[in-house]
Amino acid sequence: MTSPTAIQTNRAGLTKNDYRGLPSTLCQGCGHNSIASQIITVCYDLDIVPEEILKFSGIGCSSKSPAYFLNRSFGFNGLHGRMSSFATGAMFADISLRSIGISGDGDTASIGMGGFKHLVRRNAPIVYIVENNGVYGLTKGQFSATAEVGLNLKHQGINQYMPVDICLEALASNATFVARSFAGDAKQVKELLKAALSHRGIAILDIISPCVTFNNQDNATHSYTWGKDHEAPLHDISFIPALDEIEILGEFEEGTVREVSMHDGSTVLLKKLEKDYDPTVRANAFQMLENAQLNNWLVTGLLYIDESKPSLTESFNLVESPLNRLQDSDLRPAPETIDKINAMMF
Amino acid sequence: MSQKVINDFSITIATINGSGSQTANVTLLRALFKMGIPVTGKNLFPSNIQGLPTWFTIRLSKDGFIARRDEQELVVCLNPTSFSKDLASVQPGGAFYYADDIKFAINRNDITIYPMPVKQIARASNVSPALRDYIANMVYVGVLAQMLGIELETIKQALSFHFKGKTEAVESNFGTVKASADWAAQNLKKSDPYSVARMDSTSDYVMADGNTAAALGAIYGGLQFAAWYPITPASSLAESLNIFLPQFRKTSEGKQTYVVMQAEDELAAIGMAIGAGWGGLRSMTSTSGPGISLMAEYAGLGYFAEVPVVVWDVQRIGPSTGLPTRTAQGDLTEVYSLSHGDKQNVILLPGSVQECFEFGWKALDLAAKLQAPVFVMSDLDLGMNQWMTKPFEYPDVPLERGKVLWEADLEKMKGIWSRYKDSDGDGIPYRTVPGNKHPASAWFGRGTGHDEEARYTEDSASWETNMARLKKKYETARTLVPKPVIKPGRGARIGVIAYGSTEPAVEEALALLNKAGGPKIAFLRLRALPLTSEVQTFIKKYERIYIVEANRDGQLRQIMSSVLPEQAPKFRSACHSDGLPLTAKWVKEAILAQEK
Repeated sequence: MTSPTAIQTNRAGLTKNDYRGLPSTLCQGCGHNSIASQIITVCYDLDIVPEEILKFSGIGCSSKSPAYFLNRSFGFNGLHGRMSSFATGAMFADISLRSIGISGDGDTASIGMGGFKHLVRRNAPIVYIVENNGVYGLTKGQFSATAEVGLNLKHQGINQYMPVDICLEALASNATFVARSFAGDAKQVKELLKAALSHRGIAILDIISPCVTFNNQDNATHSYTWGKDHEAPLHDISFIPALDEIEILGEFEEGTVREVSMHDGSTVLLKKLEKDYDPTVRANAFQMLENAQLNNWLVTGLLYIDESKPSLTESFNLVESPLNRLQDSDLRPAPETIDKINAMMF
Repeated sequence: MSQKVINDFSITIATINGSGSQTANVTLLRALFKMGIPVTGKNLFPSNIQGLPTWFTIRLSKDGFIARRDEQELVVCLNPTSFSKDLASVQPGGAFYYADDIKFAINRNDITIYPMPVKQIARASNVSPALRDYIANMVYVGVLAQMLGIELETIKQALSFHFKGKTEAVESNFGTVKASADWAAQNLKKSDPYSVARMDSTSDYVMADGNTAAALGAIYGGLQFAAWYPITPASSLAESLNIFLPQFRKTSEGKQTYVVMQAEDELAAIGMAIGAGWGGLRSMTSTSGPGISLMAEYAGLGYFAEVPVVVWDVQRIGPSTGLPTRTAQGDLTEVYSLSHGDKQNVILLPGSVQECFEFGWKALDLAAKLQAPVFVMSDLDLGMNQWMTKPFEYPDVPLERGKVLWEADLEKMKGIWSRYKDSDGDGIPYRTVPGNKHPASAWFGRGTGHDEEARYTEDSASWETNMARLKKKYETARTLVPKPVIKPGRGARIGVIAYGSTEPAVEEALALLNKAGGPKIAFLRLRALPLTSEVQTFIKKYERIYIVEANRDGQLRQIMSSVLPEQAPKFRSACHSDGLPLTAKWVKEAILAQEK
């Protein structure tokens, strides 16, 4: 046992324990647990104070997971498919806070599709993670809208409908950050999460997260085996916080790296693999997703990024102080205004 | 000519929707109001942008009765489609004004007929052909001014208000009014008994609509977040926020202290508002019946997770799309128990435009205090029509911020607190809101079962304890909601209970009954649910209680019968719903019919 004095802390003076949540009640081996633990690591690594994060979710297995990380962050587990609207209102309470939303493929691509697309189009500043397993776990194994054609599920039969591609939907709705990853690729999930937390507006992370109980047959596109065999990363992604920039940039070989500057001064480095992919061109992302579908690839990495667009909360000319700390005198017009109001009536 | 009738009759103006007649109608209404004459205006419009018939009724009442009347002594018709119906609708002895390009046979000799050369006068005006149809409406304003004795100066004041002082618009419209008045002076011979004369009965009043008042009230209530989705008849409430918030709620540096969001649907509108309420903002949404239906699920979550939010329901007649531009009080039972599971909601029932203002801020206070959704139920008649109303009064109490703990509070409490514990015995727990940096501040909100520490639990005892506390909180609400307004009738053995926009009709009905030597009746205007103790006392006092409502089923009677079953045998419904505001005559007859 280590003595308390030996416990490591980050620059915020917090230990990794300060970022943990309750023990997970999801199944052993669920991809969602792996994502939760990456969120803990990333927030610790980036020295984020947990009280400065807001957690949101809808309903489903994925939406339970905000209870399993960042116990010291405010959170709200809303309605099925309605995380988007709740988060939109809540983030105005104090716009200095950062938001993380956890949704699933049912929560986002079926019941919550309308709200999802409007959240995206407003460029609401939130890291929106879809823990995508192609199946309804909590209600015991029904098809979701991201399930592939031909998927055969016990009790459900064979899926005959085309799947919804969450990244394509996000792009079509003018998302400013779209990435796909695989829960089995912990390093990539971690670096994408870091980049997403530095992004100015909405960051969509569609993370294929296998359901070990209801949808993990080797040939299913949301399974561990299929994911491992078919993952085609676009690049090796590394995130460098503003503070660390100078020391780390030197480690990379010039010419093989594409640098993306984030709004907060940090940098995302995309190290070329065999393809040279430019994620700042939206048409590239559409083309890449089309190719992936044709070739049966699980394309992962940062598909699209645009740091130039103001976020939803930036687009309002709000007071400096958090809205929820305003005093009565800021909120109620002065007594003499009532005569003016009455004079404005007829 | 029979005996003169001054300031005591109704005028109905029949036009075509979208023809710009609303400006002319409201100008007449305002001019009469400026002459000190008590007036009321009801716009009866179709769910249509252009082309369908529309009617506007102005009632003048020297005695100050502002309920709708069915009878119309003067009718102005500019619409060939409704001509026959309009002609038939004039009271015997009344007068019929019509645009003389409508060539229909006139088959009545019991009224006076006044043709108006609307097209000719409009053509002679100096406005561009594009505006000619609009300006044509000013012809009947001028003709009526001359024939009834409306002061042209008050018409000019009304036009100047409408056009926000824009000289060109005021002058061109007024020019047509003047030309039409001159034409009438030279060409029409007054032979009906109806006219107007200056009074001094409106100087203590302003003229406004309930939706504007509600928005202004919310602004004085410190509203910080509003989300909404367009729907008749509620849209103008949120649109008024967009007009007045920038004028009254920006800092000296021009920074906003508020956010208004037009949502993608009502599901999202209430979701946003509840999110903001959870975040510690004074938050609201506004809608009508169909929107309320969509908001049901989040409203239930707001009740159970205990999130303050205000929901305005400007009611229209339903079910389904119903008649979207007609009024009713048909959502009461829906809202009372909105959403699944055990619960009753807190409802405020404003009865006047001034009260829309007052409940605009009170509802936000009450929601903050109770940590619960608070519904305010107005209707199309109150929300969209122009009413003479007492001026808005500055709130007489500071903002109620509720039991919110900040860093300093948690410091004092050494971080020991429980989100859902009844610490004060009133059923209302303490809460913290995001941004609080104390390490013990955060909690995880949810619609699922939770214990006093806001932790997920499926434990039966925790569930029942929590539900019992929520019921206790509702009992606390009973002591906090606005009390009823009671007018005891001396020697009365009968009571009447009404709420909302029906008050003027009930008041007038009681005056009519009194005048006719009918039964003595006491009147209680209900202003909120749950029922306060005063309501129970009132009910106990009288042998029979008539509950007057603008709906088919007697929804308040249903609710009252369920919460006061021992009193239910006393209750008699006087309910009626055809899309129009109730009339005094109907209320009077509905009571008399059951008193036989």
